Amino acid sequence: MSDQILEVRDIHTFIGQFHILEGVSVGVPAGNITVLLGRNGAGKTTTLRSIMGLTPPARGQILFDGKNIAGKHPHAIAQMGIGFVPEHRAIFRELTVHENLQIAERKHGDLARKSEFIFDLFPDLQRLIDLPGGNLSGGQQQMLAIARALVPDNHLLLIDEPSEGLAPVIIEQLMAAIKRLAETCSVLLVEQNFRVASRLAQQYVIIEEGHSPASGEMGSLIHDSDLIQRYLGVA
Amino acid sequence: MSRTNRSSLIAILVIIGGLVAVAFVNSSSLGNFGITLLSGLFQGMLLFLVASGLSIIFGLMDVLNFAQGAYFMVGAYVAYDAQHAGGLIDLTQAIPDPNLRFPIAVLIAMIVGALLGIILERGLLRPLYARPIYQLVLTFGVALVMAEIIKFLWTTTPYSWTEVFGVRDSFFELFGQRFSTYRLFVVGMGIALIVLIALLLRRSRIGIIIRAGVEDREMVQALGINVQTVFTLVFTLGCAIAALGGAVAAPFLGASTTLGDIFLLQAIAVVVLGGMGSYEGTAIGSIMVGLAVAVAQDAAIGTSFSALPSITPMLLLVLVLLLRPSGLFGNAR
Repeated sequence: MSDQILEVRDIHTFIGQFHILEGVSVGVPAGNITVLLGRNGAGKTTTLRSIMGLTPPARGQILFDGKNIAGKHPHAIAQMGIGFVPEHRAIFRELTVHENLQIAERKHGDLARKSEFIFDLFPDLQRLIDLPGGNLSGGQQQMLAIARALVPDNHLLLIDEPSEGLAPVIIEQLMAAIKRLAETCSVLLVEQNFRVASRLAQQYVIIEEGHSPASGEMGSLIHDSDLIQRYLGVA
Repeated sequence: MSRTNRSSLIAILVIIGGLVAVAFVNSSSLGNFGITLLSGLFQGMLLFLVASGLSIIFGLMDVLNFAQGAYFMVGAYVAYDAQHAGGLIDLTQAIPDPNLRFPIAVLIAMIVGALLGIILERGLLRPLYARPIYQLVLTFGVALVMAEIIKFLWTTTPYSWTEVFGVRDSFFELFGQRFSTYRLFVVGMGIALIVLIALLLRRSRIGIIIRAGVEDREMVQALGINVQTVFTLVFTLGCAIAALGGAVAAPFLGASTTLGDIFLLQAIAVVVLGGMGSYEGTAIGSIMVGLAVAVAQDAAIGTSFSALPSITPMLLLVLVLLLRPSGLFGNAR
């Protein structure tokens, strides 16, 4: 068995009549942070949603812990141990912070067991525990979205654009938290902010127009200005 | 309290206060005023039993169940049948005491409603979740089919409740006026159910899942929760509650094939004016529409405006939507 917790092999995904992913392959080594890089509309979010079963691929394989999960229902995929932190957080605005965490329990007592770790990672949430999710700031909502994915025993977290729209000081806090939680599970991250991505991830995969033309060690990408310029438009 | 909540509260107080004031001015005595209020609450509670299912099902599943009124009607027929002699489910020999037979008749009606709910959700609606227009046509069609089956089983002649039992046949006096104890019983049961469903939604895990699903169904699935199972549960519960409504309405309103249509139209008005998918809105909206219909019935006596009670829910709906286009507790979505 390979040391990769997730292997996405040549997936093709359609949204309506549009062929969004035209053969994307992604490997996520166990215990690492892997980042999907690419311009807006390249297919990064669709890749995460395809893994999660929310926009299931029409063909291709998605192996999680060696088992093909392509075509399974989202709830079944989540129950196998994949946590999802979507773009724009998807916090339940009418539910309190506590209820937002409680709903993520897969076994009774998950939250009680994990609360010390979660509140150590995001101390603000303990203070806001009885507030409705809709009353939280953008940064607090992002913390809650990540915390929610930590309640059950997930082996892989899919995190979509965690730094989007947040102040630099909040981004620093989130980065520190993601680094710490990556000690307990593998992470596949979508991140537009290359500076943030390069500091967090050990591996990268570039997504470009529904394909995955390049991947490798983040350390080598940082020094490859041609690749960065060609696919990310970052000087 | 947010500005939106405050404006909703003001609108509610103004409308309910206005309705009570009109009822008071129109009444010749305190007794008459009390009768109008009790009648309004009675009708409001029956409406709540149809509208609560309609609202929660719409909020969670995006399905506007046009068959909800038919479930109310089925409840009325089944309860009638079980309570009276000579029907399909004749319980008069097995349970001779009508006081004991009535709660069992209501329970049977709820079970039949729940079973028919499971059949509709699992058998017919499930393949159509991605096609909202098809769902609308389907539930409308199911309502028509259910009405035809009822006509086949129980004929087209309306039934009046004749088998009296304790609470249905007792009265109490207040301000020199006789009040029906049964109406008070239905109002009490409706209030208890409002509280019970609110507790279920607020305090239980399934309630949290339902509230979360109303906001973002996809995210609920991504948390590992099988939303299809929750859909079946909510749909079944909604249909069983509608059947309960029909069953408790039958001793007063009888059983007829038009019963469902009347309550469905009023319930749609309640769900929209309360704010699509809002439980609080549905509860308050039901009381509002019930009171408005009772006031209109009182006002229409002795005038040529006999249609006033039937158009009142829609007039109230227009008024609320002019004040708050997304309904009393609705989010613009």
